[in-house]
Amino acid sequence: MDQDRRTFLGQTGKWLVLTASAAIAWEHVLAGRPEEAPNYKATDHWWGMAIDIEKCIGCGTCVRACKTENDVPHEAFTFRTWVERYVVDPADFDHPVVESPNGGYDGFHQREVRDPTLKMFYVPKLCNHCEHSPCVQVCPVGATFESQDGVVLVDKSYCLGCRYCVQACPYGCRFIDPRTHTVDKCSLCYHRITRGLTTACCETCPTGARALADLKDPKDPIHAFLREHKVQVLKPQMATGSKMYYNGLDGSVR
Amino acid sequence: MTREASDYAHLVRMAGLFVIGVTAFVVLRWLMVPADFGVLGHYRAGAVTDNMKPPPVFAGQAACVECHADVAELRAKGRHVGVACEACHGALAAHASNPDGQKPVRPDARNTCISCHSANISKPASFPQVVPAEHAPEGSCAACHVVHNPKIS
Amino acid sequence: MPGVEGFIYPNELELQWSVLIVLYPFITGLVAGAFILASLERVFNVQAVKPTYRLALLTALAFLLVAPLPLQLHLGHPERSLEMYLTPHTQSAMAMFGFVYLWYLMVVLVLEIWLDYRRDIVLKWRASTGLSRLLYGAMALWSDNIGESALRLDDRVGRALTVIGIPSAFLLHGYVGFIFGSIKANPWWSTPLMPIVFLFSAIVSGIACILLLYFVTCWLRRVPVDMPCVDTIAKYLYYAFLVDFSLEMLDLIHRLYEADESFRALDFMVKTRLFTSQIVVQIVLGTLVPLAVLGATQLVTFTERARRALYVLAGALTMIGIFAMRWNVVIGGQLFSKSFLGYTTYKMEFATREGLLPAIALMILPLVILWVLIRLLPPWGHGGDVQDRRARM
Repeated sequence: MDQDRRTFLGQTGKWLVLTASAAIAWEHVLAGRPEEAPNYKATDHWWGMAIDIEKCIGCGTCVRACKTENDVPHEAFTFRTWVERYVVDPADFDHPVVESPNGGYDGFHQREVRDPTLKMFYVPKLCNHCEHSPCVQVCPVGATFESQDGVVLVDKSYCLGCRYCVQACPYGCRFIDPRTHTVDKCSLCYHRITRGLTTACCETCPTGARALADLKDPKDPIHAFLREHKVQVLKPQMATGSKMYYNGLDGSVR
Repeated sequence: MTREASDYAHLVRMAGLFVIGVTAFVVLRWLMVPADFGVLGHYRAGAVTDNMKPPPVFAGQAACVECHADVAELRAKGRHVGVACEACHGALAAHASNPDGQKPVRPDARNTCISCHSANISKPASFPQVVPAEHAPEGSCAACHVVHNPKIS
Repeated sequence: MPGVEGFIYPNELELQWSVLIVLYPFITGLVAGAFILASLERVFNVQAVKPTYRLALLTALAFLLVAPLPLQLHLGHPERSLEMYLTPHTQSAMAMFGFVYLWYLMVVLVLEIWLDYRRDIVLKWRASTGLSRLLYGAMALWSDNIGESALRLDDRVGRALTVIGIPSAFLLHGYVGFIFGSIKANPWWSTPLMPIVFLFSAIVSGIACILLLYFVTCWLRRVPVDMPCVDTIAKYLYYAFLVDFSLEMLDLIHRLYEADESFRALDFMVKTRLFTSQIVVQIVLGTLVPLAVLGATQLVTFTERARRALYVLAGALTMIGIFAMRWNVVIGGQLFSKSFLGYTTYKMEFATREGLLPAIALMILPLVILWVLIRLLPPWGHGGDVQDRRARM
């Protein structure tokens, strides 16, 4: 009798362990498929943006649209995207006068001194969604990462708020959301682009200075843009693999 | 002097403590690390879907044109062809999904225009701009300009 | 905008890392330095410093236990901090440092202290009652063997641990330097010299800390200071400081000479916003004066009393100077904009989570822990004298 009971218990035990392990393993297999989201296959896309300095009028519509779309805090001085105005004296190229009042949210006031010899232009900035992102490199836990379609995203439920990534970003595009105490930044409106929409900033830009680009799409205008313009990325010496391509980016831009 | 087993005993116990510690760590890891971590890369695969989840606040032009094709046609003939509806009308996804229930507010027919068209020496010279204080200072822009198809007259 | 000069990227208005993050490399530096001093006796047989051997180990432990606390207070989500151990990103210096810390705490420091003190622990276990007995029994892992053979084995293992411990101590604080030095986005931090500068300044601060603690504990115990011991410690402090100073000067000269794109912005920052903390406190008061004082004691013969006073002065100024160095690296690295066109200000608050008050408390806490450790495991008296112990074998 004892022997039978022992055998029974042993077999039940083995069976339980095996099914439990199998269930856990299956969960692992199932869990890692975000493409369960309908119609969107991440590996078919490689996102970037084409920004045309010559078209930017510094209206700030993009800054306002981003704050609206992504619930970016208004009170804290934090921005997912912002616009800078450059005033460059051609004789003093190394010392541009730059400003970004409230990130360009309310546009820019007319300058009081209007010297026609000065060179002036606007530069919209956002996360560069770097291919070799230094912020992803330094995150100690894997709370920020580059998705398979080239967008650098933040996992807000995993972020510790250590701020190492904020230090590592050469472009100053990351910040701490004072409400969640985690890091936040431009997500390239991931929730929009995976639904076939464009980003909020590109949607609302009235002059077409900003345009979302899918580098894997042969019909995307980015290819002509890159071919026909003298294109630059910000801080190329950092070799970050930035995918925000600027036409008309002056050498004085920081 | 020969060494006996009891001479090592304390070291064995300490080593045992370390083994227990490492085992506890391994078990803790198995229990606590999310199941989808590491599947796509060193991150939680669920974070990708989390980033996809928020509903759009701006509807996107295509949604507007579905109902307001006449305005889109008018716009297509003029200088505002490249200006999206929501650039002036604000975020309208709520209206697009509930057209009668969520009526948008008509944009102010002066301040909206001024936000782009007020003269500023830093803007490209080719961009149409006026000094608001000198250009029909009291009136609404819509009085002279057809907003969706503005002509410079 | 208040506190802003010139142009900064909008998100750079507030500093990311506060005084707590200044405290963290300072504390881990003291640990590494104290351990290096202890290993002078253990591995390199510098007999003169043996009165400070156990004190240095206990000090290192006390400070290492406190080291994670400023980090916990700083994190946006300290409850998630275990993630660094559960899913460490191997490319991240911060993540891998968690394991270096754990290795150093458990394998190097705790084991070494345990092996060195084991005989005393067992004796106390045998002699105590009640809660004390339970505590000491647990610390002995309920192993009673303190025979000659067992103790000799302990000594050998302990020595091996110290040998492993020295590169581990180098790794511990060199890694902290690398956490800063590997950030290419920040030219104030990004230099291959950073781990080495951090390491040597750690050694300097650790030696100075033990020197001061030794004076304080002798004074509290009303026991005469062992002059050959402090003379030797002061000598090592002097040499370590010379190396540290040379490294920092090398960095400065390099920057001045190459004058790359960041230079003008950094130079301006040092001459204005960082003038007091860098030039006055770190360089003059915290480096040149102690070097001069220590150098003088090496060249001129002073009376014992004068030497004691000079060592205390040099030690105190050194610690202040090394703290200022950490401040200048961490805070200085965040005062200038990455556009190199502007500066912001650090507004240190007082009684907030990352303010001055918790910083002060976290500097006092290790001394409290040290006091407890000294009560539990006295570094002096029977068995505390290493020569005594080894003579008995």
